[in-house]
Amino acid sequence: MPAKASRAAFGEALIELGAKDERIVTVDADLSKSTMTAKFAKTYPARAFNVGIAESGMIGLAAGLALAGRVPFACSFACFLVGRFETIRVSVAYSNAPVKLVGTHVGIAIGEDGYSQMGLEDIACIRSLPNIPIVQPADEIETRQAVAYAVDHAGPIYLRLTRQNLEPVHDEHYRFRFGQADLLRPGTDVTILATGGPLFNALEAAKKLAGESVNAEVLNVATIKPLDEEAILRSAGKTGRVVTVEDHSIHGGLGSAMAEMLSEVMPTPLKRIAVTTFGESGDFKGLYAKHGLDPDGIAKTVLKFLNR
Amino acid sequence: MAHPDLAKLEAIAREGRVQIIRMLTHAGSGHPGGSLSAIDILTTIYFNRLRYDAKRPDWEDRDRFILSKGHCVPAQYYCMAKAGYFPMERTITLRKMGSPLQGHPDRVMLPGIEAATGSLGQGIGISMGLALGLKLAGKEARVYCVMGDGETQEGQVWESFMSAPKLGAPDRHLDNLCVILDYNGIQLDGFVKKIMDLEPIVDKLKAFGWPVLDINGHDIAQVDKALDQAETIKGAPTFIVAHTVKGKGVSFMENDPEWHGKAPKPAEAVEAIRQIVGEPVPAWVEPIINELQALEKK
Repeated sequence: MPAKASRAAFGEALIELGAKDERIVTVDADLSKSTMTAKFAKTYPARAFNVGIAESGMIGLAAGLALAGRVPFACSFACFLVGRFETIRVSVAYSNAPVKLVGTHVGIAIGEDGYSQMGLEDIACIRSLPNIPIVQPADEIETRQAVAYAVDHAGPIYLRLTRQNLEPVHDEHYRFRFGQADLLRPGTDVTILATGGPLFNALEAAKKLAGESVNAEVLNVATIKPLDEEAILRSAGKTGRVVTVEDHSIHGGLGSAMAEMLSEVMPTPLKRIAVTTFGESGDFKGLYAKHGLDPDGIAKTVLKFLNR
Repeated sequence: MAHPDLAKLEAIAREGRVQIIRMLTHAGSGHPGGSLSAIDILTTIYFNRLRYDAKRPDWEDRDRFILSKGHCVPAQYYCMAKAGYFPMERTITLRKMGSPLQGHPDRVMLPGIEAATGSLGQGIGISMGLALGLKLAGKEARVYCVMGDGETQEGQVWESFMSAPKLGAPDRHLDNLCVILDYNGIQLDGFVKKIMDLEPIVDKLKAFGWPVLDINGHDIAQVDKALDQAETIKGAPTFIVAHTVKGKGVSFMENDPEWHGKAPKPAEAVEAIRQIVGEPVPAWVEPIINELQALEKK
């Protein structure tokens, strides 16, 4: 399979799901060409709604649609979506309205547009709300299955999707299981927990580490909330060292979730690789290198963490 | 709707004012002013308009009611109890630990509440979504949303004002939605006119594409007639600007911003209830007065 952005896989999956399920509707705020719901709107014009650049209104509308039995996908850039946190907090989470929130353009990987368009705080925001789980698929096949899962999920859910293409990390036999981390590479010396965009780089880093006699175990944490505590603790118990890798602020994301869980349940040395500043304009690969999210950067951080 | 039995509806609203004062006094906190300004509107909606089955709150074909000004939920709790969703005695658990009668509406805890509200400006968006969802599902049900004038200042409200008359085009316009503004002129910090005036609200709404009806929100005949008209208007949702008096029915609460968010003390409650029901005090009110007087001695 060629590399594909998770937003693109989402858009395609939604059209297929929409053919079978009349309840599926999209709600957009003038970014449907970017969130990739524009083709859904073309295919099912009576089931696609664009409120203009009005994200609070979009989320409110989606909450009502969900409470009336529709399956609304409310889509925008992740930063603009959680920018309307108060509407998500009350109209969606507290009302337990089964809205499928879709935040695209996550992380510094969007590149040239710069910080104001980068979803870097969305996991932190949504993680603080009861009722809304967070799923960030890592490649096309996982995205397609995560979207199908979102339709079936009884409550609200947040899907975190990338603008950039994602190299496949799963084969065609892969089965996404909500709430479960999947082991992509077994190892014994360190556990690397990665999610979304930089997951592929974490696997590349593990290959480099093998050359340095470090046998890294890599898990894909697609469901960031709720965490697969069992699988993570099993791995951390075996390796005794945990590194998290994510294209999100270092505050409140997967790394924070892991720190909270490990420190309470099984204190384990932890290193978080994430974005520590505002984002900035630049090319995606250059930005990943600058922020330590490229294979070299991840490998270097792991070696330092292990005192090698 | 059938010609309203005005005397009956007025009696229900009068009892509502008493029960609002009663539950707020038990709670020791809450919002009497806006509950009293909205009760005539809610009475008309619950008892001469809304199609529901209190024993089946999740009945698919029910009309939906959203109280966007969630702080005035005592008025809704009264209507729900009166309609049979739960016993009237439960209203005095308002705001108490473990009660489903939360300080602001909680959809999950209390069946019959359609959405959590109280974070202001959000009810209209949910109402639009409900109306659109019902249209998509081919349902005849209608959606009623009561909102406050203060919350009209919220940005999300204006996003919704802009999109509601256009959504659903070409054949699913939201003419199953009716929004009623409880225009009592007072918000927490003071008079709406002084804080951030909405005027000319009727002209603004018309410019946004809404059919607008301008009525006295304490005249149940007018409220009912406007709701009738709203059902006949096709191709757009209807907006009813209902002029009201904050604290209506209690002289010392009327038009006083102090009574936006303060519960009466038992002696004040007794005085308020006496004003609401007049002399002689009806038999059903006496136990409530005794109960509140006992509260004072505690």
